[in-house]
Amino acid sequence: MTDNSPRVLRIANAQGFWGDSQLGPLRLVQEGPVDYLTFDYLAELSLSIMQKQKMRDPQAGYARDFIQVLENILPTCQQKGIRIIANAAGVNPAACRDAILQTVQRLGLNGIKVGVVSGDDILDELDALIASGEAFANLESGETIDAVRQRITSANVYIGALPIVEALEQGADIVVTGRVADPSMVLAPLIHEFGWPMDDYDKLAAGTIMGHLVECGPQCTGGNFTDWRRVPDMAGIGFPVVEASADGSFVVTKHDGTGGLVDIHTVTSQLLYELGDPENYLSPDCIADFTSIRIEQAGENRVKLSGIRGRAPTPTFKVSMSYADGYRVLATLCVAGPDAVDKAQTLAEMVFERLAVLGSPIPEESRFLELFGTHVLYRGIVPTAEAPHEILMRIGARGRDRKALSLLGTEIAPLLTSGPPGLTGFAGGRARPSEVVGYWPALVSREKIPTRVTVEEI
Amino acid sequence: MPRVVLGKIALARSGDKGNSSNIGVIARTPAIYEFLRRELTGPVVREVFREICKGEVTRYELPNLLSLNFVLRDSLGGGGTRSLITDPQGKVHGAALLHMELEVPAELLP
Repeated sequence: MTDNSPRVLRIANAQGFWGDSQLGPLRLVQEGPVDYLTFDYLAELSLSIMQKQKMRDPQAGYARDFIQVLENILPTCQQKGIRIIANAAGVNPAACRDAILQTVQRLGLNGIKVGVVSGDDILDELDALIASGEAFANLESGETIDAVRQRITSANVYIGALPIVEALEQGADIVVTGRVADPSMVLAPLIHEFGWPMDDYDKLAAGTIMGHLVECGPQCTGGNFTDWRRVPDMAGIGFPVVEASADGSFVVTKHDGTGGLVDIHTVTSQLLYELGDPENYLSPDCIADFTSIRIEQAGENRVKLSGIRGRAPTPTFKVSMSYADGYRVLATLCVAGPDAVDKAQTLAEMVFERLAVLGSPIPEESRFLELFGTHVLYRGIVPTAEAPHEILMRIGARGRDRKALSLLGTEIAPLLTSGPPGLTGFAGGRARPSEVVGYWPALVSREKIPTRVTVEEI
Repeated sequence: MPRVVLGKIALARSGDKGNSSNIGVIARTPAIYEFLRRELTGPVVREVFREICKGEVTRYELPNLLSLNFVLRDSLGGGGTRSLITDPQGKVHGAALLHMELEVPAELLP
């Protein structure tokens, strides 16, 4: 495809997380040039939530938000030739595909090709994989999987760019996937359009870093930024757009007329976001070296990155699993008065003592108490507020005994009539226990994870 | 030497990975980067976060971005949905670090 490749390819990420603003995608397609739009719906634990939704309703288990977005932007995308890549399929690619088909039909569009990438979901293959020698030891703690095997509720592999490239080669206008490494969604169109070979690791690393930069949307155009007072029109903040060149260099920018700021500091801030070892940023496609990046201001709201180096990927894919890890409960209460801290301590003792009397004692190590307003977010860093006149008591517990935790919820309201004065803010009803979803990151051999790609025209 | 908060000479962004957080610190000038590379070590950050971070602090250097990256292990009260603390994703760790005070040579101040 190199002979007719465009000089620059414009890729934008329109959704930084499940629940991000619906305004982002709309403005991106309407207010400036874009060739590819990506949507990132999956945080670490999103798939376990979708798995639960699917258990309740076999037609659920994907990002329904995406369907709503498509409804709004698809006519414009078809008219302008903007192609869409989204990890919206969650744990139910078939249902997601059906919903897309219905949307296309409802809009009265035709000639749209929909690609579905699957194979990331290995929940049903876990036993076979373990029998074949995959240990799935916890990447953080080193624990073996035996401890949680029976409680695992979702298991998904971070697959790479290749299956998305395959769908694009087959002409897909919309590609949906389950779990895929976030940056791979941005890398895929670059491989497809520029014909980058899968062993040109410097270029794959450049595309991976582009993906890393835009995956959280406006966090690279002035959102969540230390010098926020310098950021103009935050209400109208523009989502980031990368203008990629075939040599792997690229410019980060945003549409003219949108709010926000693109400068070396806003972009560097996002480069550092959720970063571990900068020389070894692991993706399924390559290892990117963040210490090789050259960064320069290349005009107003334009930052150029070049010189990026990469290496071959590791022989394994990362797997993200979730497991049932008991329950938690958290209740809140506003406590007022110059002695608010003492009052809250007394209240917490009262709650735990009453639970013990009721026959549901909560062991000390399972209890939780945080007095918001005493500088808990800055504990040890700035001096503790001496006597705040109002604090939010956050009291809770974790454990396997759902009944005991639910009793904690019922013992909060009685504090208003039986405890110290100055208590309020007890609205929204009783706190109830919710399930704790444990996170189990692990590795799996690449060759054991076949992916499937289907493309069909509507 | 004047005593100033880190936020005067640097920017920060923080986030989570499991039960660890990371804080990226960006020096506002090359001279400040050299100063921070000497002064803002892993153990110093570990000490600042002694009541929040229960594990090791590892520091990485990115001279090309005038930046240091700190990974704080066991700093999120269990991480994910386990954690009951107000900031289970370490979103505020960056802003918190910017409040630490340092003695900075006057000529480095912006």
